Amino acid sequence: MNSAEKVHPPGNGGFWNDTGKTGITAWIFSTDHKRIGLLYFYSVLTFFLIAVVLGVLLRIELMAPGRTIMGPQTYNAVFTVHGVLMVFLFIIPGFQGSFGNLVMPIQIGARDVAFPRLNLFSWWLYMAGAAVIITSLFTGGGPPDTGWTFYVPFSERTGTNVSLAVFGVFIVGFSSIITGLNFVTTIHRLRAEGMTWGKLPLFVWSLYATAWVQILATPILGITLALIIAERFLGTGLFDPARGGDPLMYQHLFWIYSHPAVYIMILPGMGVISEIIPAFARKPIFGYKMIAFSSIAIAAAGSLVWGHHMFTSGMSDTAILVFSFLTFVVAIPSAIKVFNWVSTLYRGSISLEAPMLFALAFILLFSIGGLTGLILGAAATDIHVHDTQFVVGHFHYVIFGGAVFAFFGAMHYWLPKFYGRRYAEKPAVVAWVLMFVGFNITYFTMMVLGMKGMPRRYYDYLPEFAPLNLVSTIGSWILVSGLILMLVNLFRGLFKGEPIDRNPWGAATLEWTIPTPPPTENFEEEPVVTHGPYDFKKAGIT
Amino acid sequence: MSGGLHKDNAGAKLGMWLFLFTELLLFGGLFLLYAAYLARYPREFGAAGREMHLGFGTLNTVILITSSLLVAMAVTAIQRGARRMVLLLLGGTVLCAATFLFNKYLEWSAEIGNGIYPGSSRLTAGPPGESVFYSLYYLTVGLHGLHVLIGATLLTFVAVRVQRGTIHAGDYVLLENGALYWHLVDLIWIFIFPLYYLIL
Amino acid sequence: MTTGTSEQHIVSYGKLTAIWLALLALTALTVWVARHNVGIGHVWGSLAIAVIKGGLVIAFFMHMKYEGRLLRWLLFFALSVLAIFIGLTFFDVLYR
Repeated sequence: MNSAEKVHPPGNGGFWNDTGKTGITAWIFSTDHKRIGLLYFYSVLTFFLIAVVLGVLLRIELMAPGRTIMGPQTYNAVFTVHGVLMVFLFIIPGFQGSFGNLVMPIQIGARDVAFPRLNLFSWWLYMAGAAVIITSLFTGGGPPDTGWTFYVPFSERTGTNVSLAVFGVFIVGFSSIITGLNFVTTIHRLRAEGMTWGKLPLFVWSLYATAWVQILATPILGITLALIIAERFLGTGLFDPARGGDPLMYQHLFWIYSHPAVYIMILPGMGVISEIIPAFARKPIFGYKMIAFSSIAIAAAGSLVWGHHMFTSGMSDTAILVFSFLTFVVAIPSAIKVFNWVSTLYRGSISLEAPMLFALAFILLFSIGGLTGLILGAAATDIHVHDTQFVVGHFHYVIFGGAVFAFFGAMHYWLPKFYGRRYAEKPAVVAWVLMFVGFNITYFTMMVLGMKGMPRRYYDYLPEFAPLNLVSTIGSWILVSGLILMLVNLFRGLFKGEPIDRNPWGAATLEWTIPTPPPTENFEEEPVVTHGPYDFKKAGIT
Repeated sequence: MSGGLHKDNAGAKLGMWLFLFTELLLFGGLFLLYAAYLARYPREFGAAGREMHLGFGTLNTVILITSSLLVAMAVTAIQRGARRMVLLLLGGTVLCAATFLFNKYLEWSAEIGNGIYPGSSRLTAGPPGESVFYSLYYLTVGLHGLHVLIGATLLTFVAVRVQRGTIHAGDYVLLENGALYWHLVDLIWIFIFPLYYLIL
Repeated sequence: MTTGTSEQHIVSYGKLTAIWLALLALTALTVWVARHNVGIGHVWGSLAIAVIKGGLVIAFFMHMKYEGRLLRWLLFFALSVLAIFIGLTFFDVLYR
């Protein structure tokens, strides 16, 4: 560790002090990747918290059969908006926008991204899209009630404000494309001297793979959403069987994007885990090349499996066979990652601090999520659990237990670096325990309910499902209490906590070699990279 | 490799190409639908295709190819430092774009006059494949037309910068990227033309 | 830094005009084929001509012939992805 140096007061020093504009304009018109990263961070966090509240309301409604706190139409709207906010406004832009922006340029030894102004523009587009989506909730026929998938024919016929919501998602998608092409160009063009592809931190590798998915898959979502609008306003009838259209073609187009989008959500999370584990096991990552390669492999194979969402939709048997087989192929690179993380832990000198706890939770929860994904990916078993609570449980294991726990890990791992102060350890651990326990109670129960045949997105259910639903709802309260404790502790720490020096965790990537908080252009002089990102010996960390 | 404070032209071009990929995939979704529905309704697609105005289609193909040539020559001209020539060529390109859109307007007016547009009573009564063909035609060509409009605006903006001298022989990546965008518009039309006008 | 190496390549007016003439000829050919050669495989014939035309535009008008290997591979990759998307969908479309 570096010796203690002059510590700045919070929100002060480094890039916090770059002069020029003042007040809010210093943020919303800044092209500094760190400021844009924080803009994104607080924006996505806000939508995350709104969506959490909606999720809790859903669980309260399902606490007992029949009406509990809301009517069926409200319920449909709430689960739709919960999904839309979580997917399109939180987790898809979340990692790339916040931690990608904050950390990636520093990790490759650059002063900023390749197109700083485009970077700011992408945040503005994101906010514009978000504003349109929020507007759609309160205007026209009211909030959309189609589910976040906007399936036709219902999305064409419902009187709710689907068109505006879809248009908002379209704008957010454009923002995502811009971030993607900015990151690919940055990683190709702005690596510091000596930062070869083989020395790239694994978080950067994961962002690179993710950015490609953003570039190549998001346009398909764009055209799909544009088609919904055309169907609603022009009556093109492309998905209307009465006029020769085929609703299944909508599902194909939608999932060509939306399945790879799952990897936009999870891949950067895997990258975070690959950073945290070596730092807290104080051991070079096991199988660097395989982890880097598996990020690309997951992005590639994950783009070929969209059909597994359509096994019961009436797709051809040949297609079911092909997509089921390809789905199993994705399990291979995912498993490679898990094995390598576990091998890194083996005989490491493990320090169980908050970021590491989140990383360990990720490995377990993601593995459960991934393995239950195979139950859904196998055509035969899928027919039993398709469109049941099992799918909801599986999805939340992968995305909440996986991506979001990684996001929390990243918050504990990186935010102190940018604020210069850190959270208290003990409450962070307590919060982690609460969330871990609450999470499993909430979502494991859902999977059991799904196995027993409780469908998803249903307002009411048979009395025999009542006890487990009650358990799941109570689990959600434990989960949320942990979440509140975590956020209070984290933010109190960032503003009032103990100051930290350059490298509080003893990690070997570039961001820990510069002052805390990082200065405006990150590096006083351009760094020359001589050792790998997890080479603790050469980095002089013992 | 560098820190990113200077102008990185190769980086700007890479970024532009990545953007063009997203455009290809955007139209790709419509081509995917076209392929799937062609496989289902080959006869109806053929019949509908025969009714298209081949004259307009061919004329617009020639116009777009010519505009593509002009903008490619503009890049050559700026590399040689011939500013007046660049302005002339860009003007020609934008003129081609305007002619293209005018033709499109005449063509669509004729078709709409014949009762061919999404949701029209004629198409609703006709065979299902026909309605799908024309809906796809209007969406694809409409989206392409929008790109023609954006491209022409972009090239006008570039021409103003050339006029002002901020784009010159030493720094012309903006013109290059504008030209790349325009070629993409041409490229997509090259595929739209046979799929909608020449399918018999 | 000066401009990158690849963009120094100047394509002459003459060469560009030759490509333009080739494109016009191919357009005439594809229209002629469509009018006279009715039969199966006709869609593929038209598409093949379109691919050649597209290839000419990309290689010469868009300077891809003079770019580095990276851009060429990326273009190939992006087009392959589109082809795979369409191809996999046909496992459903053709066998339903």
